[in-house]
Amino acid sequence: MIEYSNDAPSSFHPASAADYLPIPQLRELQLHRLKATVRRAYDHVSLFRERLDERGISPDEIESLRDIVNLPFNEKNDLRVTYPFGLFASDMQEIVRLHASSGTTGKPIVVAYTAEDLQVWTTVMVRSFAACGLHRGDIIQNAYGYGLFTGGLGAHYGAEALGATVIPISGGNTDRQIAILQDFGVTAICCTPSYFVHLLERAEELGVRIMDLPLRAGVFGAEPWSEGMRQHIEAGGGLKAYDIYGLSEITGPGVAIECACQDGLHVFEDHFYPEIVDPQYNKPCPDGVEGELVLTTLSKHAMPIIRYRTHDITALLPGPCACGRTLRRIRRIGRRSDDMMVIRGVNVFPAQVEAALLLVEGTLPHYQILLTRKKGLDQIEVQVEVTPEVFSDQVRALENLQAKLADSLEHTLGLRVRVRLVEPRSIPRSEGKAKRVIDRRKDP
Amino acid sequence: MRIHQLSLFLENRPSQLRTVCKLLADAGINLMALSLADSEQFGILRLIVRDWQRAKFILEGANCLVKVTEVVAIEVPDRPGGLDEVLAVIERHEINIEYMYAFTFGLERKAALIFRFDNVDEVISKLQSSGINVVGRVELFERAET
Repeated sequence: MIEYSNDAPSSFHPASAADYLPIPQLRELQLHRLKATVRRAYDHVSLFRERLDERGISPDEIESLRDIVNLPFNEKNDLRVTYPFGLFASDMQEIVRLHASSGTTGKPIVVAYTAEDLQVWTTVMVRSFAACGLHRGDIIQNAYGYGLFTGGLGAHYGAEALGATVIPISGGNTDRQIAILQDFGVTAICCTPSYFVHLLERAEELGVRIMDLPLRAGVFGAEPWSEGMRQHIEAGGGLKAYDIYGLSEITGPGVAIECACQDGLHVFEDHFYPEIVDPQYNKPCPDGVEGELVLTTLSKHAMPIIRYRTHDITALLPGPCACGRTLRRIRRIGRRSDDMMVIRGVNVFPAQVEAALLLVEGTLPHYQILLTRKKGLDQIEVQVEVTPEVFSDQVRALENLQAKLADSLEHTLGLRVRVRLVEPRSIPRSEGKAKRVIDRRKDP
Repeated sequence: MRIHQLSLFLENRPSQLRTVCKLLADAGINLMALSLADSEQFGILRLIVRDWQRAKFILEGANCLVKVTEVVAIEVPDRPGGLDEVLAVIERHEINIEYMYAFTFGLERKAALIFRFDNVDEVISKLQSSGINVVGRVELFERAET
């Protein structure tokens, strides 16, 4: 549905109508789309077909939404082993956009969109912005990174389709971000919550009171953030901070969004089917019980993904939301079931750090990852024990080693990393699984 | 004619230097000379001691990272120009100095210059042929302890 000139600026965007579908119709639509998605994946994606055949399941056996539990899971690793195009269900002629993100081995994962997929993505982003109370006439500063990362372009096209004015500033250059916030009368901003905290602190140094600007909403995502951080942001910025959830494998940002109630994130269930699964036993969790979020795309053509294990731990909230949307809600993501860290919106696995260190030194030194937060921004420091093999009694040689390690880490992670050389045996050894990550990021 | 020097890796944090010195003090090892090179994050402590093998054993037993480096000791009179005369010879031979430090000793008003070069043997013969007083290990310690 589009918005007509008579509608603006209304607090209700016509595209949001789908957020309020009567539940029986919504379930019927989901079932219909699930059947079509499974059929499409079976016919066009060999990995999926083989797995279904192995289990002796026919795509036609799905008769109700509950039958989804019989389908095999998909993992991030499936995207890696089929790199680059192995999970595509459409010909390249149909595919109009590719995005990519880094994987644990430095090998990226690739996701594809047909024109229709992009349209769906844009629509869920429109509905996301509308749920945050934004509409035509709003000026949205999009500080998500533009490029292979889905955040920038996803928010961009959504904000444009909403009818808002988009400032495609992308990430970084904080002083300029602050100048534009002031000069352009920006009413909403999109970025990672940690970057916004950084922006608030820089503004304070510059003597700019963000509180006094017209800015009234922030659409923050791409990393987990706490209620404490939200209070800090809302009090310091004089705006409402909304949590947006998404992942490239499913579509990008716009899988789920908070509404004005800020009580859980509504999943756009007409396009993404959520399940909560006990990560240990792989059994479905009842509503309200915490488990791993598993998502199935219901309308994706270029790359249908069935039962994707997000590793994000959350729960489906029971009962309806006070806003009236019939879309079920997930609790805000607080932690993950694997060892992935999210640093300034970038996904980092300890295994990537190991690969980068190994590349420089030839053998894996003892190391530890220290995460801190400085001026609202996540900082990552990798402490590396100096070994007899690499120790030189010349400062220059050790500084070279340090620089080489930092370069290798930056190249692998796509993130500037501080490297600290430490004395042998200064990193605590533990019995069993080494504690590689020390997370000292606290609420600002 | 080469002198064994111990180089230690130290993190830049309080009490690191003392920990090392105390280990050697407790073992009755006298420091003849030392120099500390530092960067923003770490330091390299360079030591010359008589019984370097024992010192190395003790330090490594305490998990220190120790490297033995061969350096060159040159004795000069402790007066203005003492170092300059040596540097002039080094310059004439186009020898690159990795680093150096110096100390004075004894009652004879002598100074010892400790140099780290890349190609030690070649440099020693060049210096000696130019009349520079390169001193060996035994000599160095004898002089220092009189």
